[in-house]
Parts: sequence; C-alpha cells; structure tokens
Amino acid sequence: MNAPVKIETTLKDWETDQEVRWCPGCGDYAILKAVQRTLPVLGADPKNTVFISGIGCSSRFPYYVESYGFHTIHGRAPAVATGVKLANPELDVWIVTGDGDGMSIGGNHTMHILRRNLNCQILLFNNEIYGLTKGQASPTSRLGTRSPTTPAGSYDRPAKACAFAIGAGARFVARGFDVSKKLPEVLEAAYRHQGAAFVEIFQNCIVYNKDVFDGFAAPKGAEDHQLWLEDGQPMLFANGTKGITLDHNTLQLAIVDVVDGDWQSAGVIVHNVRNRSIAHMLVEIPFPEFPKALGVLYDDPRPSFEGEVMDEKARMSEGKEPNLAALLGKGQSWTVDDEQGHPAE
Amino acid sequence: MATLAKPPLSEKPEAVVVRFAGDSGDGMQLTGGQFTLSSALSGNDFATFPDFPAEIRAPQGTLFGVSAFQINFGATDIDTAGDAPDVLVAMNPAALKTNLPALKPGGLVIVDEGEFGKRNLDKAKYDTNPLDDDTLAKYDVLRLDISARTIEAVKPYGLGNKDALRSKNMWTLGLALWMFDRDRTPIHDWLKAKFKGKPEIAAANIAALDAGHAYGETAELAGPLRQVHVDPVPTAPGLYRTLTGAEGIALGLVAGCRLLRLPMFFGGYPITPASAILHHLVRMKEFNVTTFQAEDEIAAICAAIGASYAGSLGITSSSGPGIALKTEAIGLGIMTELPLVIVNSQRGGPSTGLPTKTEQSDLYQAVYGRNGDAPMPVIAARSPADAFDCAIEACRIAVQYMTPVMLLTDGYIANAAEPWRVPDPEAFERMPAEFLEEANGPDGQLLPFKRDAKGARPWIKPGTPGLMHRIGGIEKAVDTGHIDYSPANHQAMTDARKNKIEGIRVRDQQVSVGTKGGKLAVVGWGSTYGPIHQAVTRARRGGLDASHIHLRHIWPLPANLGELLGSYDKVLVPEMNTGQLKTLLRDQYLIDAQPLTKTSGQPFQIAELEAAIATYFDGVPGNAGGNIVPPNDQQLPSTES
Ligand code: SF4
Repeated sequence: MNAPVKIETTLKDWETDQEVRWCPGCGDYAILKAVQRTLPVLGADPKNTVFISGIGCSSRFPYYVESYGFHTIHGRAPAVATGVKLANPELDVWIVTGDGDGMSIGGNHTMHILRRNLNCQILLFNNEIYGLTKGQASPTSRLGTRSPTTPAGSYDRPAKACAFAIGAGARFVARGFDVSKKLPEVLEAAYRHQGAAFVEIFQNCIVYNKDVFDGFAAPKGAEDHQLWLEDGQPMLFANGTKGITLDHNTLQLAIVDVVDGDWQSAGVIVHNVRNRSIAHMLVEIPFPEFPKALGVLYDDPRPSFEGEVMDEKARMSEGKEPNLAALLGKGQSWTVDDEQGHPAE
Repeated sequence: MATLAKPPLSEKPEAVVVRFAGDSGDGMQLTGGQFTLSSALSGNDFATFPDFPAEIRAPQGTLFGVSAFQINFGATDIDTAGDAPDVLVAMNPAALKTNLPALKPGGLVIVDEGEFGKRNLDKAKYDTNPLDDDTLAKYDVLRLDISARTIEAVKPYGLGNKDALRSKNMWTLGLALWMFDRDRTPIHDWLKAKFKGKPEIAAANIAALDAGHAYGETAELAGPLRQVHVDPVPTAPGLYRTLTGAEGIALGLVAGCRLLRLPMFFGGYPITPASAILHHLVRMKEFNVTTFQAEDEIAAICAAIGASYAGSLGITSSSGPGIALKTEAIGLGIMTELPLVIVNSQRGGPSTGLPTKTEQSDLYQAVYGRNGDAPMPVIAARSPADAFDCAIEACRIAVQYMTPVMLLTDGYIANAAEPWRVPDPEAFERMPAEFLEEANGPDGQLLPFKRDAKGARPWIKPGTPGLMHRIGGIEKAVDTGHIDYSPANHQAMTDARKNKIEGIRVRDQQVSVGTKGGKLAVVGWGSTYGPIHQAVTRARRGGLDASHIHLRHIWPLPANLGELLGSYDKVLVPEMNTGQLKTLLRDQYLIDAQPLTKTSGQPFQIAELEAAIATYFDGVPGNAGGNIVPPNDQQLPSTES
C-alpha cells in the first residue's frame, strides 16, 4: 500500500470495456468483483495502480481492471513487478498468479519476492489444476487427481502454497476463496500490510476441477469447516462450540469442544497475527480433520525491499556529484599535452 | 603489433610484446596492470590480454593455476595484444611450460630459477629441469634467483620469508621497468598509496622494485639483457585513461542514460565474464542507477522489462547461457515494444563451454534465436573504447525505436585494456526521451500502439493520469493494443514490428582500411577488429589489394553494405565461430562470402589472417603469401572444468 491520498472511486470506475473471457461460472468472476469492490474502499488511485500477471486463466485478470496492467510471461510476474516497483516505488502493485504460474514454473520468483519482501499484493488463485491448457494436474492437485496427463490419478505430492510462502520468509500470509463474502476484508488487510502480502484464493475451475473446494467452501456446513482467523480473537468455529488449542504434549494444534462459550477454560488459542510459530502450524493443519484456516494467518511487517534499495542508493550517492566528465576520467589516467605523445607529469 | 627485427630485440623497436606469467598467487595481473600504466605514462599505445584460470584458487605451482598477462606496447598504433611475446617472464616451471610455446623464436625468457626445485618441476610435469636441457635452446635465457634476490632486498624491513616473497612480482616489475627505460616514480607513488596504513610493506615493495631495477643496470653488459627504448606514439593532446571493455560498457550505459535523461535500471545475475559490468555499475549510483542482483537470469531481464515499463531504461547483461535463459523475456520486450538493452559478453560455447575464453559464437542467437518473428537490433563492439560508443548507441536505438537491443561484446574485449582519450560529455548529442502525457487518438482515445514516423509506439508510464491501459505478450490490435488474434491483424502487427527494426537508421558502412571496390574485402565484426586491421594493413603494404570492412551494426545491416560488398571480387569473413556472419551476409546479399573460422578460445593472430589473405593473391607480385610461416598458435592448456 502506498497511496498517500485517498481517491474517491466506485466499482464501476475499475471496470474496463473488455469482454471478460473466462468460462461462465468460473470462480475468477467472483474474485474480480471482490477486487473491484475493495479498491474503492482502499481509496486506491487507478493511475497509480498496476496489475501484473503471468500466464494462465487467472493471469487474464489485468485486462479487466481499469488501471495500468501488464500481462507478462509464464511465472515471471514477480520479477517484472520487482522492476516496476524499484523504478517507481510510488505505484501500488498487485500480482495475479495461479498455482501453475506461481507455484510451478514461477516458483523460484515467488520464493524470492517473498524473502526480499517487495511491497506488493500477491494474489495466487489456486484451482489445483491447469485450466488454460485444458486440465492437466498442477503442483497443488490432490493425490489421485485424474487429468489428461494423469489418467490413473496423480501421484506426485501437492505443494501447500501458504506453507511455501511462510517458509520462503513471507511476512503476510492470508487465505480466502472466490465466493467468500469475507474476501474483500482479506484483500484489504493484504493492501494495508507494508511488504509482500501473499494471499491464496481457492478458486473453483468449474470446467476441469469442479467444486474441489466444496468440502469447506460450500455454504452448507461452512460453520464446521471454516476457521476464520481474526487478530486478538479466539480460534473458534462451529458456531463457537469448537476451538483450536495447542496440545502441549505433542506441540501440535488440536480441536477442543467449547461448552457454554467458555473458550478460556477449554484452552482455545487467541490468534496473534505476529506469532510465526502458530502461523506455521495453521498452514499445515490437514483438512477435513481440521477446519480450513482462512483469513489473515500471519501479518508481521518488516522493512520493504524497494525501501532498502532506495536507502542504499541514497547512502551510496551521498555527497557525490553526478559529474559525467569526472566519472569518465577516473582511474588510471594521464594527460598528453603535445602532439608527440609525451605525457605531462 | 608492428614488425620487429628478430631475433633479438633491437634497441629501438616499434613495438614489443611482453608476457608476465606466474602462479595465480604471484600477482601477475597486478604486475601487468602497473606495467600497463607505465607504458601509458611513457606515451606508448598499447593493448593488453589478461589470461587467468577459471579456478578461483588453483593449487600452487600447478599447470592450471598459471595466470598470465600480455601487453603489446609500441610507438605506432597498437590494435592487438600481439601474436607472440618477445619477452616472457616465467615465475615458476608451470608458467614456463604453459607459456613457452607462445614465445617468439629467439625471444627472451626470464625465469626465476629459485622456483625450479624438484617439487615445482613435478607439479609442472617436467621430468628434467628445462633450464638444464635443450628446452630453451631456441631462446635467449636469463636465469635469476628472483626469490633469493627479493628476500635479500627486503631484509631490512624485517619480514618473514613468506611475506618477503610476496614482493617478487615487484622485483620483476623493477627489472622490466629498467629494461624498457621507464620511470619508477609513478609505481613508487602507487605502492605508497596502496599500502597507506602499512608503511613497512610499502617500503619493502619499493625496495624490491628498486633492487630489480638496479639489477638491470649492473647486469646489462654481462648477459642477454639490454635496455630497449620504445618511443611514444604521436597522439592527440588530451586526457587519457586505460579502459577495459567492461568499463567501456558500464560508462557508455551511464552516459547513454544521461543523454536520454532517464534513470537506469540494471538487472543482472552473476556469470563469467559479464559480471564485471554489474560490479562497475553498483558504484555509480549517484548517476540515478538502480542495480538489482536477481535470483536468476530470467528475473534479471524481467525486472529490467518491468523497470522500462515504469519509465526507467531497463538494462540486463549476461553471457551465452544466461542469454539463452532470457530469450523468452526478450520476446516479451519485442512484443510489448518496450526499450531494453541486453549486453551479451560472449564466451566459448555451447552450454557452459569455455567460461573464461573468448568466442563470437552468439551471432545466430542474437539475430535469429527467438520464437516467432521477433526482430531485434544487434550491435557489436570491436574494442573497449568502441564498447563505450556502442553502449550509447544501444541506449539510443532502444528508446527511440521502443525495442530491445542486443549489444554484443566478448570475453576478450571485457578484460582487455587500451588507452582511451576521455571524451567531453558536453560534445555528445542530447536525446531526451519522451513520454506520452495525454491521449493520442481521436476523441480523447488512447492508442498505446499508434506508431510514429519511425514505426515506434509511444512510451506511457504508469502513474500518468488518464492513460491507464493494458499491455502483454498476447498479440495486440493495431493502434488500440487490445487483445486481437485475427489473421489480418497479426499480419499487420508482424509487418509493423519487422518494418520498424529494418527501418532503423544506422550509419553507412565505411571501409576501415583500403578502398571501396577491389580484389578482396575482409569483413569482420566485434573483437577481431585489431588483428584484421593489422593483417590488412600489412597486406596492403605488401602490395595486395585487400580492404578491411568492420561491422558495428549486425542488425539491421547498414543500407549501403550490399552494394559495398558487391564492389569486391571476393569477400572473406574471419570469425571466432564456425561462420555465422558469413551465413548472414550470404542470406542477405546472395554473395559468395567465404568463412575463415577459429574456435580455440583464443583471439586471431595477425599472422594467421595474413596467411589467409595471401591465399587470395596467388601469383600476384609482392605476395609473400605461400611463404608466410603458419603462426605459432600453441594454446595455453585449457583449464576449464
Ligand atoms: S478453465 Fe477453469 S479456471 Fe479457466 S476460465 Fe474456465 S473455469 Fe475458469
């Protein structure tokens, strides 16, 4: 987030005249709306906003947002974004990527943008499949996923995007899903975070991986399957009848029953977004044994990369005149003052 | 290198080639560097060629741990580091073994016999001591126990033997300074400055230097050692400095960005021999230079593209394997029509190839090596000083034509040094970049891909009010830039990209040596300039009708080139590859360009080019052709892993 002045806009101001080309019913539509609804809330300025994407269904996103946009090449959006932000730190940079783009071909860049902590929002649309190339298994596909490349079911173990992010050194990790009403809140928190904000958004590819997230995303039973985290609030779900506690013997998270709302005596943990240890556990808890941890899992800012780069540049330039003539003449130099080539002392 | 009376060296030669060779730890590069400065201060023209091992710390005394520095200095224009040394300084048996084959017959070899013990001889794989058998029969030999003499000279300063021996290179330098009638004061000053906080080390080194010099004076009459004087070369007055190719590129890029009034963004990833450019630029941040060491080659170029998109001039740099990784992103730069400079410091390939040796084998990669019809301007520097001008030219074309530009240099140019008359920046043409500030279409419509007369689209910075738009690697509609896959549109955009690049205005091709029209044109590009220039000059002196044409613009080629090449009976193309420019010229002009190729990792020697030229003049009076002795082209052993 950078916008020093809040700009008044409406959702309409963020819509382009381009025809949206996702499949009807694709989860991407809901995410697009959530973003377009959030940007006015943030007071974001269209002229200072840049959406940068890689390749894949999700990466068409920039064409549909009325701001500056750059649809780059497969996996490289974080690298392009790094150049944009270093060239002009005033810009609000949003990266839109997918599980193939950001976790497979571009995994290296995802790692490095997170560890460097470039100030930007990274929205990783995870549909656990390659959509645009017609349905091959992706690095986040669950074991046994049948696809054109894995007709007998996939056998390589899926990566966990948020675990990867926190392992790479991310200082902000959050989760949401396409049709969730709470997605704008998550996006807002990501924007407010100074530094790289990593948001995994579960997204329904209705053509190639339909409803794989229904286990927690379907409205029916949502209370039991979603653990919405809020800083300073107890980790409760199932209408407050269950909570998450720390098993002190195994040092693992566990589910406890909460009777009459007395979560304290049940030992339910109060979420602290700056607690990195808890964040590590939350990204690892298995579903459906546990509810899906959603919302802001971790948020503990550190100085941003572009800030460090600019500070270093200022330090190294301090007291130095950008005198080109002096620069060119520096080093092992001598003066020739007659045509015979005799150097002067 | 000019002709030498041989053997031995005359008292007033036009030019002399000296090679200092020793163990990596012997400080030969430093010795060479200071000797170069001394040559400059004596008013000689010069060219140098450092040749060091790929290993960072090779074991002491081994053949692959030898580090050498060759300098050619003279009273006439010097274009190359010289074919074969007149003088070889060998600090140990390994240095002698690896460098002796290059020495000119009758040349002088100076050896530190104190290092020729059994252990070092074994490491150098000598069965018998070459100082005692007939290995050196063809040469003048000066055997000296440099080690012992150095220890003796620095004794008053109370250093241990190990520290004392560190000054061996200064003793040797002192002897070389005497031999070529040089002033020691600048080296004294340099040593004092270098060891500012350690006066006793400075004093010891000065003592060693003086002792080497004094040895020359006293020993003169006794052996093969004589003093030689090389006159200064007539030069235009002005401020001069030594310049390596890496420095030339870095300074040229800074100058280019200043003339365009643009901030520079440089994205790089460590790779030999390109890294030196990044090392120089990180120290020039006051010129609004932002440097970024990326996680890989792809990120380095992508960040540069991002920076160009945001209004800086994005620059990236690498060598062959790294350029291969950047290729997809170069296509993105071409497709989105953003300015970008890609510097390729070529090295031997393919794959890892010869990281520290030179080659010109990335021409196909530069001109043709992308998916789709992806035209891109390609410029090649011929020397360190030329690299400065080429870097400015690359920046200019990138911005004025909104395109990635590839600047080719090579490992030889990157490391070689030559004197450079420092230009006055005031004299450079200013060419401020322009950004679109308001909508450029009818009824306030923004047309990000509307072209100007040159075929270039406008540069639009994010942050500009009212000009929000989207770009990407997908085919875009003419003018509007909206996604458009339609057949007619792709045809139109492909043509527009091609026409834009082919329409880039580049200077008409000049003839470097000789005349337009004639028997033979020798056409080169890049770092072969020096040897071709000398070989053609000598051929013409011998009465042969040969001319030298050296290309800076590889793509697009100069508009007059076809006609120029057509004016010769024959066209010979010497290249350090298997014939890449030759293919391009044949393709473009349907001429019978003949290849002369070399891929040994070593630059062309003048003599081998002379011999090749001579074959075109059989029966022509004045042609020494058939009689030219094939060059002594012994290579240093390859040390790459
Ligand atoms: S393929 Fe899947 S992810 Fe892609 S647009 Fe269609 S539904 Fe959405």
